[in-house]
Amino acid sequence: MSTPDIIDTLAGIKPGSALDAIRARRLQARDNAQKSYLSLFEPIDAGDVSLLERAAVAAFVTGLHGESPVATFYREKLAASAGGAALLEAVEAEIARGKTSGPYGSFPSGPLSVENTAGLIYRVSAASKSVLGTRLVAALEHAHLLVFRPRDAASTDMKALLAAGWSNTGIVTFSQLVAFLSFQVRVVSGLRSLAAANA
Amino acid sequence: MSATVNPPVVFTQDELGWVSWIEPLPEAALTERHFAGLVDRARAKSEYFRLLVRDPEVLEARTKTDKDIFYNTADGLPRAERELAAAATSRYNGCIYCASVHARFASTYSKRREDVQKLLDEGVNADLGERWNAVVKASVALAATPIAFGPDNIAELRSAGLDDAEIVDVINGASFFNWANRLMLSLGEPSK
Repeated sequence: MSTPDIIDTLAGIKPGSALDAIRARRLQARDNAQKSYLSLFEPIDAGDVSLLERAAVAAFVTGLHGESPVATFYREKLAASAGGAALLEAVEAEIARGKTSGPYGSFPSGPLSVENTAGLIYRVSAASKSVLGTRLVAALEHAHLLVFRPRDAASTDMKALLAAGWSNTGIVTFSQLVAFLSFQVRVVSGLRSLAAANA
Repeated sequence: MSATVNPPVVFTQDELGWVSWIEPLPEAALTERHFAGLVDRARAKSEYFRLLVRDPEVLEARTKTDKDIFYNTADGLPRAERELAAAATSRYNGCIYCASVHARFASTYSKRREDVQKLLDEGVNADLGERWNAVVKASVALAATPIAFGPDNIAELRSAGLDDAEIVDVINGASFFNWANRLMLSLGEPSK
């Protein structure tokens, strides 16, 4: 594959290292985590979710997880995207406003209600709205829900995305994007911790 | 999309259905590109997969990642403990559907159904013995945002007998469910 393995790159895994050998034992997972990344950021069809939207959501989602090589990578990706530089400041401001600790949220009403935990219901600031536009405003608000309080998700959240101009297919790709990044940022963090423990 | 939905209100090992909140592709509309995305043709019967197949390339890569992390048991962590990591992550994030599937798998492969049920009933602080506690705690630390996984988790996993390859299986399995939980929780809902 021409693009270097993104998880290895972000986790600092060098060819021939012990973690390289361990990752090689799950070659299909390694190759397909890479294909997931490529399908999301170099799609054969970006008709339902633009490349700029993907980059903006990725910078926001990884930024919400805190400063890390992953967050830096996606911030730079947004800055390098066509139209991205104009969004960077707003996305960074929204990351600062949206940062909190999760997961929190509510369970279906019943015995689990005692575990309900209140937390930030994030909404994009008025100042950022005009910069980001309707679709990205809805996307960032939904992405924040997915990152911090996925158990709060409801059918009304799908209606909000549809009303903001997202298609059914666009919602699937966008949801995969946020969910994939939630995976990627954790694998990288976990592998980095393991490498550090062995250093 | 079915007419009546009967959402579960507790974590369970029972088999649950899942109902989409937006429109899956109709089976009749599936092309070879979609079948490649489904990986297993039989998944065309599933509402969840017919929804995700709207982006076939991502679904195919997601599915193959999932299968290798959980089903490739040529070496590394036993399947039961990979499923435990998935169930614990789902319990902590609040995905009743995902927890039901992977709690069942954890029970099947470990033969420790009562302990798995204890995880579902009491939550991620349930005492399941040193080795399982270490796997659950590591999965929970990885699921937290900001991520709380660190050297203490690695030390506990090692002290419980896991080598580095097995720890990577925990990291992969738990991390993957941060992907799966978010799709299952946000695109539809479980139904009894």
